[in-house]
Amino acid sequence: MSTPFRPGRARRALAVTSLAAAASLALTGCLASDREEGGSGEAAAGDVDGTFVFAASSDPKSLDPAFAQDGESFRVSRQIFEGLVGVQEGSAEPEPLLAESWEQSEDGRTYTFQLKDGVTFHDGTTFDAEAVCANFDRWYNFEGLLQSENMAYYYGSLFKGFADSPEEAIYAGCEATGAQEAEVSLNKPFAGFIAALSLPAFAMQSPTALEEYGADTAGGTAESPELSEYAQGHPVGTGPFRFESWDVGNQVVLSAYEDYWGEQGQVTDVIFRIIDDPQARRQALESGSVDGYDLVAPADTQALKDGGYNVVTRDPFTILYLGFNQAQEELADPNVRQAIAHAIDKEALVSQTLPEGTTVATQFIPESVNGYNEDVTQYEHDPEKARQLLEEAGYADGLELDFSYPTGVSRPYMPNPEQTFTTLTAQLEEVGITVNPQPDKWSPDYLDRVNGTSDHDLHLLGWTGDYNDTDNFVGVFFGQEKPEFGFDDPELFQALADARELTSVEEQTPVYEEINDQIMQKLPAVPLANPAPSLAFDARVESYPVSPVNDEVFNRIQLSE
Amino acid sequence: MLRVIGKRLALLIPTLLGLSILLFAWVRALPGGPATALLGDKATPEAVARINEVYGFDRPLAEQYFVYMGQLLRGDFGASIVTGRPVVEEFLTRFPATLELALVALVFAVGVGVPLGYVAARHRGRPLDHSSVVLSLLGITVPVFFLAFILKWLLAIKVPLFPADGRQDPRIDATHYTNFFVLDGLLTGEWDAAWDAFLHLILPGVALGTIPLAIIVRITRASVLEVQSADYVRTARAKGLTRSLIRGRYILRNAMLPVITTIGLQTGLLISGAVLTETVFAFNGIGRFLRDAIFNLDYPVLQGFIIFIALAYSLINLLVDISYSLIDPRVRVQ
Repeated sequence: MSTPFRPGRARRALAVTSLAAAASLALTGCLASDREEGGSGEAAAGDVDGTFVFAASSDPKSLDPAFAQDGESFRVSRQIFEGLVGVQEGSAEPEPLLAESWEQSEDGRTYTFQLKDGVTFHDGTTFDAEAVCANFDRWYNFEGLLQSENMAYYYGSLFKGFADSPEEAIYAGCEATGAQEAEVSLNKPFAGFIAALSLPAFAMQSPTALEEYGADTAGGTAESPELSEYAQGHPVGTGPFRFESWDVGNQVVLSAYEDYWGEQGQVTDVIFRIIDDPQARRQALESGSVDGYDLVAPADTQALKDGGYNVVTRDPFTILYLGFNQAQEELADPNVRQAIAHAIDKEALVSQTLPEGTTVATQFIPESVNGYNEDVTQYEHDPEKARQLLEEAGYADGLELDFSYPTGVSRPYMPNPEQTFTTLTAQLEEVGITVNPQPDKWSPDYLDRVNGTSDHDLHLLGWTGDYNDTDNFVGVFFGQEKPEFGFDDPELFQALADARELTSVEEQTPVYEEINDQIMQKLPAVPLANPAPSLAFDARVESYPVSPVNDEVFNRIQLSE
Repeated sequence: MLRVIGKRLALLIPTLLGLSILLFAWVRALPGGPATALLGDKATPEAVARINEVYGFDRPLAEQYFVYMGQLLRGDFGASIVTGRPVVEEFLTRFPATLELALVALVFAVGVGVPLGYVAARHRGRPLDHSSVVLSLLGITVPVFFLAFILKWLLAIKVPLFPADGRQDPRIDATHYTNFFVLDGLLTGEWDAAWDAFLHLILPGVALGTIPLAIIVRITRASVLEVQSADYVRTARAKGLTRSLIRGRYILRNAMLPVITTIGLQTGLLISGAVLTETVFAFNGIGRFLRDAIFNLDYPVLQGFIIFIALAYSLINLLVDISYSLIDPRVRVQ
């Protein structure tokens, strides 16, 4: 194999060789200011270095997106694979991708997809209706370990049942009604179906490669489950980049797929460097070893901007909330919950502790999600009213509550839990609520305590939406009784279950608007903010296709050098 | 000699067996379990229970241990819960990285530490001696991660002389056979790749080698001071032997015995030091992987890796003892 050594990178080598002689030069900072890639004979003016290096925070869990659920797996998947449905650039709205269009039957149970012509998988397999049905049938026929929550999480939770439990299954079957026409039928209406198909977990994979590399032999024995050969090194999709190699713990390499049906763009090679330490990711950008990274710490954004880096912010598709555990007597009292809601100054919280671009939340979905209700019940910041409500609840002399929060973790919806906790504590203490701090390590301690036990009063948690579906927010939080909230409201649970099964998004809109208001009246938690995650890039990255649902495909990146 | 080595190797078996029992109990006594780490935000109690059942974590400890040992005896270390890959494979892809790094750190620590300690002793009480003592004290007290951080900030970001992270520039298309990147570059004639990999070792190597360096300076200094005032050195001087003969054969050779023991011990410790250094430099070695395994409670990886490390540690000690007996024949008698 040849070694195309980039002259820009040779700078360091040169610098070290002449270290002694150049020591004084180096100290004057001349080398430090030399940030350019250039000096190369091969790159004519106007040409760009098509290698794009992105710092990922971890390895993908699996290269087979059907068995993945984490952001880093999906980031890689989105370059290699495409689904029938994509999302509009910069929004969460679904739009056709590998399907040109679709039609829904009257009863909402049959979808007919017209497929794009002339699309091939990276292994030469033609993308057609047969391939679509092969993918749907594959998901439906997962067995045993493959059905478990750490494997086919999304299929299991959205399509409810597999071939061995057809009575619960939403999926009924798929038929290739023409070379470029596939008909997918469902057992019951599922309004979120189209939006769900935009998830990488439902991307189209080459049936030939799935078969050849034993994609469904994943799992091995119960004692020693292993990724399939396919998921370790042979993912084949129709996307703009094809898989080259995965050096575990180090990097994933992709290259442009020369027969891509769409626009290839400037990026010819994509390298995902695995850098798990957030500080190290920032330094990697500063030292020039990567072109960009995700989830910039709020404290770093200004310094990076000042340093000449491009910081871009996604539209928030997240929600951060303060949860109440109603299994605790004090919090079962609506007056106490309302008092807490009135005690919180969300504006101050957002401006003091959350990144730029964050919006104040009035309900449990971001504004762009269907069913957002402008007129939802609100609890404005009013310490006086909070004290009064506490008094009515019988806590005139004050109230003491445990407040659980995670430490040493940064989530897109909760970049700095410690700071959020401190600010909220000060606000609560102002109205006479004494807080006992209960810090825990995020995993497993914090999640165990909050999700698995009733040993907590107040807690901080949140969510990043997977795709544009209201149920993916409120249904997840309040769709059934959970130890997290200790809140049992069969009426609301039923309303959410019914809403999920309506046939169209339009029909769902008024229903979800009503549900959102109901939730705010019942107040099982206080929605705080919709934090906006940021990414930082080298100055040569002119534009990056930010997406609220992380649908960022690198062929749409614009480079200047 | 061979018999001694054989005996030592045989002793390894009960040692590792005992260690494996302790480890097994310890790892499982850690709070929480791998299931929640694995499932993250979306964990439901049912899912956690299912995972525990699938992996057998809900069975009695003794039963789990015997199943594990049974697999181990067949050479099966199991698969990582987090990555789904065999532990042996995970280890073999990362161990060369850490070994390469430890080697650079060791060369730095010994190459600088022994001469510095020797010179300090020869200049006892003079400024050179004082400054070496202060330096070595600093070396011991400054935490590895802090030093790593400063080195990186100064020499990779402010003045970009060295790469800031990783084992090789990702833009270099290098071939790998052994996973020792420098060696691979030399074997394939990809000089740029070898040089680039070597440069990537400098900052982490220096950071990792600083504590051993400081210790080696102190031990060498003390040992040389002791030996140079010994009776046999005085006798040698009285006999009128040349200075270089006295320094080489009498002082340095005898002074090296405790230094070699120290180097051996420090080599073992380099692996634990690598946990911090590898994190700061995003260096894909076993240190960083071990840290992740602890964080995720990845039982098979934790158990497997610690057994590997214990084995490596024992072998290094054996090597130290062998080199010891080569330098000082009296040791062989025991």
